[in-house]
Amino acid sequence: MSNTVDNSKRRFLTTAASVVVGGAGATAVAVPFVSSMLPSAKAQAAGAPVEVDISKLEVGQLMTIEWRGKPVWVYRRSPEVLENLASQDDVLRDPESDVTGQQPDYCKNEGRSIREDLMVLVGICTHLGCSPTYRPELAPEDLGSDWKGGFFCPCHGSKFDLAGRVFKGVPAPINLVVPPYYFQGDSRVIIGEDAQGAA
Amino acid sequence: MFANLMGWVDARFPATKMWEDHLSKYYAPKNFNFWYFFGSLAMLVLVLQIVTGIFLTMNYKPDAALAFASVEYIMRDVEWGWLIRYLHSTGASAFFIVIYLHMFRGLIYGSYKQPRELVWLFGMFLYMALMAEAFLGYLLPWGQMSFWGAQVIISLFGALPVIGEDLALWIRGDFVVADATLNRFFAFHVIAVPLVILGLVVAHIIALHEVGSNNPDGVEIKKNKDKNGIPVDGIPFHPYYSVKDIVGVVVFLFIFSLILFYAPEFDGWFLEKDNFVPADPLKTPEHIVPLWYFTPFYAILRAVPDKLMGVMAMGGAQGLLFLLPWLDRSPVKSWRYRGPYFRVALTLFIISFLALGYLGTQPATTLYTNLARVFSVIYFAFFILMPFYTSIDKDKPVPERVTMK
Repeated sequence: MSNTVDNSKRRFLTTAASVVVGGAGATAVAVPFVSSMLPSAKAQAAGAPVEVDISKLEVGQLMTIEWRGKPVWVYRRSPEVLENLASQDDVLRDPESDVTGQQPDYCKNEGRSIREDLMVLVGICTHLGCSPTYRPELAPEDLGSDWKGGFFCPCHGSKFDLAGRVFKGVPAPINLVVPPYYFQGDSRVIIGEDAQGAA
Repeated sequence: MFANLMGWVDARFPATKMWEDHLSKYYAPKNFNFWYFFGSLAMLVLVLQIVTGIFLTMNYKPDAALAFASVEYIMRDVEWGWLIRYLHSTGASAFFIVIYLHMFRGLIYGSYKQPRELVWLFGMFLYMALMAEAFLGYLLPWGQMSFWGAQVIISLFGALPVIGEDLALWIRGDFVVADATLNRFFAFHVIAVPLVILGLVVAHIIALHEVGSNNPDGVEIKKNKDKNGIPVDGIPFHPYYSVKDIVGVVVFLFIFSLILFYAPEFDGWFLEKDNFVPADPLKTPEHIVPLWYFTPFYAILRAVPDKLMGVMAMGGAQGLLFLLPWLDRSPVKSWRYRGPYFRVALTLFIISFLALGYLGTQPATTLYTNLARVFSVIYFAFFILMPFYTSIDKDKPVPERVTMK
């Protein structure tokens, strides 16, 4: 039985105890400060659905509506546009909309919409959050002769077709988001809510 | 009388000792040239930014509904408000011009090399803090470029796997860039980051004065001291270099004033034209570019056709600069005695950095994107291949004493 004190062991234990207790204290103190930067109750509440009148929307026309501070596009597609959508699968990254969460289940189809002619999309690029530009014209000079109409992001050059599906070889990784929405009769669309209830 | 007073103070606070250690008896190499103006100029611009910033906060309103108008109020209705605001906005660009020239000096004369690794690291952290400060401040006028620039940069964090989206949400404090974002950016811009910058400046200078300044020859003057322990090639910073730096200050202020009074927006380079349009969350400007001092990294980000890889390339482009002291294997510091491999590599690197800076301001066409890819590869090759070409380089002999060419 030795009476000598193991100093290095004692030093290790006091250091370890100080680090653990002090670290726990510092973490506990950090919680309120870090949490205060999360979206406030007010910011979380400001997400009510919006109602849009589409009776005056013409073929090829796009309107921008604000929902949760984001631009939402509603536009009417012509039969030619719908025909072109089918012919571009090989240049698209996710033509079948297999990435879940980018559209409600009832929009997982070729046109990514409830009604074929009417498209609803969140106008925020999935790359870095710019709002892409509506470019419905065929084969413009800057986008090349294969361009059949779509969206072009001016920030980093990402391209999407008129169903919001992303092209291959651009920085945006996934398709544009289709928000939850439903129709009320022929002339009204409610954005931000499924037909069954709140999104 | 004065000596008595100083004696009383010195017994309680090392005022004279600090004056001597850092100025009147800090021996700097006698062969400093043009490139050695930019450290003290950076200090001058820092003071300018702090003073003008304090006076701007007296009239600025960090509120999404009021911010844009309050900046115009400063410009039009506040006495001399236009001058204070233009001093601050022109000062921001001047800060980066001075810092980039200061860093270039470090590159050509090997000032990052042993024993000045920590001087370089503190400097790199300062550069990062300065970029953060500029980015945070650019949101405050709440113009179109403010808004969409912040939207893009915050979305960069969203590219990180797993935690990305929650992290971006936490930074914004809302689901989009909004009032909460503006308010917290104001807090970071006026107090949090400036405190970090001031602390790092102190660390940068203390580390420098501990090891002593490098010089255009890359010769360690402390290796050759006289019998009093003073480097034979050293001269006291004050009065020799304080006087020299005043010349630099006069020339700097002359050029600065020309820009300030005749072209404060610098044709959209220092204050972008789209930023005179109030922020509109529904419409991205046709051609969105960050301010010129971010464009080399922005061009690298755009050159990579993948979200996460693009963000990582951009981060890596800055991260590699931190590693410079350990990537460079050459025993020679200064460009003057470096071999041809390093000279060619550094020249290509500078050309790439400038070219990327230009490409970052241009629209992302196919040709420009491909060019940006070429220059990005050169940028990274400069660092990644550095351990090889610096260790086999044909360096020239370094003189024993500094030269005065």
